[in-house]
Amino acid sequence: MNFQPGKDALKRNFKIVGTRTPRPDGLDKITGRARFGADMTAPGMLWGLILRSPHAHARIKSIDTSSAEAVNGVHAVITAKDFGPCPEDVLDIRENVMAREKALYDGHAVAAVAATSRAAAKQALKLIKVDYEVLPHVTDVDEAMKPSAPIINSKLFTKGLDKTPKKPSNIAERFEFGHGDVEAGLKQADLVIERTFRTEATHQGYIEPHACLASMGSDGRGDIWCCTQGHFMVRQVCSALLGIDASGLRVTASEIGGGFGGKTTVFIEPVALALSLKANHPVKVVMSRSEVLRASGPTSSTSIDVKIGMKKDGTITAGDATLRYQGGAFPGSAVPYGAMAAFACYDLKAVRAVGYDVIANRPKQAAYRAPGAPMAAYAVESVVDELCKELRLDPLDVRLKNASSDGSKASYGPNFDVIGLRATLEAAKAHPHYKTKLGANQGRGVACGFWFNFGGETSVSLNVNADGTIGLSVGTPDIGGSRASIGNMAAEELGVPHDKVRCIIADTASLGYNDVTDGSRVTFASGLAAINAARDAIGKMCERAAGIWGIPVEAVTWEDGTARPSSPNAGKHDPLTLADIAAQAGATGGPIAGHCEINAEGAGVSFATHMVDTEVDPDTGYVKILRYTVFQDAGKAVHPSYVEGQFQGGAVQGIGWALNEEYIYGKDGTLQNAGFLDYRIPVASDLPMIDAVIVEVPNPGHPYGVRGVGETSIVPPLAAISNSVSSAAGVRMTQLPMSPPKVLKALGRI
Amino acid sequence: MQYHAPATLKDAVKLLASSKGTTQILAGGTDLLVRMRTGFAEPDTIIDIKRISPMCKIARDGKGFSIGAAVSSAEMSENAALAKAWPGVVEAAALIGSTQVQGRATIAGNLCNASPAADSVPAMVAAGAKAVIRGPKGKRKVAVEKVCKSPGKTILKKSELIEAILLPAKPARTGDAYLRFSPRTEMDIAVVGVGVCLTLDTKGVCTAARVSLGAVAPTVLLVAKAAGALIGTKVDDAALDALAAACSAAAKPIDDKRGTREFRIHVAGVLARRAAIIARDRALGKS
Amino acid sequence: MFQIQVSTSINGDDTEFSCEADETLLDVLRDRLGMTGSKEGCGTGDCGACSVIVDGRLVCSCLMLGAEAQGCEIETIEGMADGTELHPLQQKFLDHAALQCGVCTPGFLIAAKSLLERNDDPTEEEVRYWLAGNLCRCTGYDKIVRAVLDTAKDMRKPAKTKKAAAKKRVKA
Repeated sequence: MNFQPGKDALKRNFKIVGTRTPRPDGLDKITGRARFGADMTAPGMLWGLILRSPHAHARIKSIDTSSAEAVNGVHAVITAKDFGPCPEDVLDIRENVMAREKALYDGHAVAAVAATSRAAAKQALKLIKVDYEVLPHVTDVDEAMKPSAPIINSKLFTKGLDKTPKKPSNIAERFEFGHGDVEAGLKQADLVIERTFRTEATHQGYIEPHACLASMGSDGRGDIWCCTQGHFMVRQVCSALLGIDASGLRVTASEIGGGFGGKTTVFIEPVALALSLKANHPVKVVMSRSEVLRASGPTSSTSIDVKIGMKKDGTITAGDATLRYQGGAFPGSAVPYGAMAAFACYDLKAVRAVGYDVIANRPKQAAYRAPGAPMAAYAVESVVDELCKELRLDPLDVRLKNASSDGSKASYGPNFDVIGLRATLEAAKAHPHYKTKLGANQGRGVACGFWFNFGGETSVSLNVNADGTIGLSVGTPDIGGSRASIGNMAAEELGVPHDKVRCIIADTASLGYNDVTDGSRVTFASGLAAINAARDAIGKMCERAAGIWGIPVEAVTWEDGTARPSSPNAGKHDPLTLADIAAQAGATGGPIAGHCEINAEGAGVSFATHMVDTEVDPDTGYVKILRYTVFQDAGKAVHPSYVEGQFQGGAVQGIGWALNEEYIYGKDGTLQNAGFLDYRIPVASDLPMIDAVIVEVPNPGHPYGVRGVGETSIVPPLAAISNSVSSAAGVRMTQLPMSPPKVLKALGRI
Repeated sequence: MQYHAPATLKDAVKLLASSKGTTQILAGGTDLLVRMRTGFAEPDTIIDIKRISPMCKIARDGKGFSIGAAVSSAEMSENAALAKAWPGVVEAAALIGSTQVQGRATIAGNLCNASPAADSVPAMVAAGAKAVIRGPKGKRKVAVEKVCKSPGKTILKKSELIEAILLPAKPARTGDAYLRFSPRTEMDIAVVGVGVCLTLDTKGVCTAARVSLGAVAPTVLLVAKAAGALIGTKVDDAALDALAAACSAAAKPIDDKRGTREFRIHVAGVLARRAAIIARDRALGKS
Repeated sequence: MFQIQVSTSINGDDTEFSCEADETLLDVLRDRLGMTGSKEGCGTGDCGACSVIVDGRLVCSCLMLGAEAQGCEIETIEGMADGTELHPLQQKFLDHAALQCGVCTPGFLIAAKSLLERNDDPTEEEVRYWLAGNLCRCTGYDKIVRAVLDTAKDMRKPAKTKKAAAKKRVKA
């Protein structure tokens, strides 16, 4: 790290950071000018459509594309044959992008067509003859783990066991975290509660379907425009899959209409590129909503056992969890994160979390905002709530008593640095919401949540324009308003007004590598890099000033956007503003820029406490959200409006997950609700205002104290709502979603 | 695919009779375009009835109303006289989809789509609505509850279309109401729908009633026993209990992704009670 | 399939286009007229991202055929601002941070515009129910509802109302 934060830097008086400046991309978005994934066209463009398996599990015996190729207007038809050998680490992605020997889930891509019109492409698709041999399938996680389950991958042998099994199974890997003697800890408890929970798969539900426009030349070089959370990842994976050089593929990230983790991988991009290569035309591929739900990356469905022991005084003596997550037809579910995060809010001497990564005939899962954590928190926080109710203890007090704090050993291993869990709990306790009177059939629930947050590889380039304005190029697509926050951090550091900085997302040919926008890393890492780049630029501008004044550079100081002699000894020189120095750049050595290329470390974890009041209709099982307050530690809220927005958005996704959202599979293994009518995300009339309380416990790992905030907000809602329903109706909902038929059944009314 | 927008009903009927292949009537399009988009309908001919001006009007039919087949749910809500006379029907139509959908959707189309979960249908049935069906040989009137044969199928012949929905003259001290249960507050489809229309005498005793259930059978149900539970009573708690029981007994739902059998049976009774209370209060002049 | 000629008026501009019988108005706007402000989120009328106003009525353009637009007056997001002067709703959406990714924003702005044209004093509940056909996954709707209510409040002030009335576009 090339900065020294210290406690003083964190107490700094910010001029811009922390204020609600207008967002730079706002005007384009409110006028319809902003260009998202599907908004781009190119001359000679063809329309691409993808043929998808109607079977949950089937051997592909043959594919006959000859009739499709004969349709007038069709320029290319591709299958898995058009994807050649690739590195091992992208084999699963290649398989998911286009099925080879087997279709592994309903919606798995098996072929694709590029034609001059959508009608011609549609017609061609109908003429592709696929000979399937339907195989037995399994979609449920517990069923998939049984020895009698149909084996999806005969080369999959469970990793992470003491002895590698001889027979293949659908269990990809076993993980274990924890420390201490759990059995002994449970014996010390006055009350032990053990419960099993099940959650269904959900989808990130971004309103913008995946879309891209690919244009490959016969020289193996090309461009792709796509909505993605990581255009460098797209370049890396697509160049590997297509066998081209990374430098040959330029990826431009469009504005993105929501991602939440679901756009941190590729689905249609390699297909569009392969079609474009074969057709020698630009090819546009846009997923329909039904394709998005069937064939992009939903979360895991899970089955979780939790056992927690508590003393009468509220001390938690031990926590034990077994988590079973199915991640679709390929290994790689988020169960290790779930297992690590499950007990992270508690300072426990004895804790154990075992996770099983299971495969099933479902689409390959992708990240969804704190992947793996919401389900784990649902299970753990529900049991803690039940213990509190049985022992007649206040749920906030119990959490305060057992809360992880600065320096405590996390359930997943390391010792926490400075953290804000307690601060969120105390804020919750002091808030008027906690004292609001409740009526009949109404109840209150609280729950805590945690997310790791990440740093990651980040490159930023900061250019000082001759007129004193700043061009800031970052490589992390903006999914939440980060352009504004990063620009503001650079402006703060440079000491210039915020509207002098224009922050753009550069394409892959114009900037160094950047990891995907995920892990709530962008405000932290791109912000950190922007600050470092600004400091780099400041260093160079001080050199220029030193040169202009003829004094050593050590005698120059930078303050409020201006270079000054650091003491009277340095001589009498009028200060030079950034604009002054910029105007003279050509004459003093050339263009001035600052850079930063790092693997950012020091991301601060983020904790939250959520409080929700619900009313349960005892005659219909309908759950109404009355009141919702989020208390979350942001470290330092660079732009409070966007931080609030993250809190509110995550909470509402959690509300949908808890109450109505679920993937419904038929007996034949096909998805029954692949649309927004029957995949029910919350609508405006379902919700009250979501109050957002920003707690700030600065992260010592960032110059301004920033912590990622985007993900933690989805972790507590499932449990908070379940706990609230338990208070309102006296029933413990152990299955999500808590749809009305389930609630009514739990109430014993049906 | 051919698209026609005839200017008269006569032309529409001629087109219907003469067109080859599958023909669909287009009113609001909020079902047809969805079915086309999802591959469930590929009509050879579409006949848009929105240029036929009588189909776009709400007219008085004696003391009742004639709602043209191309009248949108939104237009129904904006017609003060209609909303005052038949609030249950108007509210039911206003539950279809969303504001955007209500800007186009029609109750005639809702009926002809023949979904068991159609929102406007139980309300129309409870109100005693009739469909005016026009064909090459002239027109006939059919009670709305007789129009749907099975899910997705109506009694309309190939060359027939619905011209209008007739709502009868509303007797004095009559109130109607429609309630539905759906998991979300809006933008949703009925898991159970109940329409109740009842008439009280000057002493507050129910003299006539119609109770209709949606989404709990392949087609809409008109439950005589449920009406019987109300007639002769003051729609008090005992009557409401009997009403709820009769509705639960009449419901013959399936388990599907939107609700379980037991849930629908139970909630049919719950909603019937609640809808009857609203209808009663409207009949008594309470808002 | 032969194409149908359609004459319409879009944001006050006389517009002609030809389209196939089964093309939706949304397809026409985006792919034939290059007006990509209206978005396709679902294609089945469930998300409202394609919202436009047709003859004064809020509708989903994915639920209308291009052919049905014959003779209609259509308002899209591209016409919401009056030249460089933003509609009050647009300004309030910025002020309230009522957008994050922005893909649902055009639909919401058009839908809210339609509401405020009918009801200049909606309650929070009325706003929420009117906008229930517009899905947002980023914001949780809180700041959107606040922006609409705040706009209504401002638009009720006499001075602003007169100014708004004076801004009606004149047809060529």
